[in-house]
Amino acid sequence: MMERMACFQKIAAVRDGAIVVATYTSAFEWHRVDPNPLNFVSVGAMGQASSHALGLAIGLPSQKVIVLDGDGSLLMNLSSLATIANEAPKNLIHFVVENGSYEANGGHPIPAQENINFSDLAKAAGYARTDTFEGLNQFSAQLPELLTSVGPVFATLKVEAGDAPSLNYDYGWLHSAERRREFRDAIKPLLET
Amino acid sequence: MPDLQGPSGAAIISALKRSGIRYVAALPDITTSEGLLWPLAQDRDLQLIRLSKEDEGVSICAALGYCEKRSVLLMQQTGLMDSLNNIRAVGCDYKQPICMVVGLLGKEPNKSPKDSSNFGVRIIQPILDALEIDHFLIDKTGDIDELPPAIDKAYRTSRPMVALIGRSVAK
Repeated sequence: MMERMACFQKIAAVRDGAIVVATYTSAFEWHRVDPNPLNFVSVGAMGQASSHALGLAIGLPSQKVIVLDGDGSLLMNLSSLATIANEAPKNLIHFVVENGSYEANGGHPIPAQENINFSDLAKAAGYARTDTFEGLNQFSAQLPELLTSVGPVFATLKVEAGDAPSLNYDYGWLHSAERRREFRDAIKPLLET
Repeated sequence: MPDLQGPSGAAIISALKRSGIRYVAALPDITTSEGLLWPLAQDRDLQLIRLSKEDEGVSICAALGYCEKRSVLLMQQTGLMDSLNNIRAVGCDYKQPICMVVGLLGKEPNKSPKDSSNFGVRIIQPILDALEIDHFLIDKTGDIDELPPAIDKAYRTSRPMVALIGRSVAK
């Protein structure tokens, strides 16, 4: 098992200008690790990070798009695996941070916590590459190759439950129009005609 | 079976193109299937994104909007109902221009939606009113003229809009 923040630090180190779509608790932690206007915050309707990321990947086909999904969030939009695989965006990297619980809502377990295999689901849907990581060294070693693989790429990151650090979880900031305006301004130079 | 007096699918596609639409995110709906979805699936100027569930399309269209690319979400009213939370969040709370074309399965050709005997049809316009979402009805080809200005307004004001398709679309 890994720590979520440690995984995020590894991703940030090799981000290389990618758009990163993060959701709920992960969004606060990601922003602490790598504050950047190219961070897209997917909140408001749980589960939609993967679909927002797909839209960005289609709209900006030359731009790498990374999504930091949650396991409970992905369960809520599991159908997006088939939609993403069908569109087959070469520029999309889909991480699911699996801690087996709804951390932002009291730590209750996700359904099928002991049995579900998200990477197998993504593989069956037709993602180009799928992996599962439980150790930070292994993840760190393979991460650069993951990010340069032809997508859609999917990786499950097995992390400890309840390891959320003591941060300022300011949901007003997360939902703010200012966040969306910053992102819109940041991607303007990336827009293709 | 296409309704020969229903709105023209070719005219809807033409109106979408005039509005700058380049992407259509869709789930099949029998009201629009033969006259609209099949033809636009063959249209080289429009990129069809086949959805597994309608609320995915709300997020995809919003994200395309950030990329300054115009899109519509094509679905049945059942999919609209299933997507309400995401429409509320992304379209209404976050003020994103989500443009939706919604087939009204079960609406009688000679009745307005609010007078339909079908409960699932009758509640749609009041729900859109409650969400403060602009909407209008396309029951015949002449109604399609409202589509381009409605889409332009949605993008200009960054607000969602819905075009309700009240009769089976003809080719």
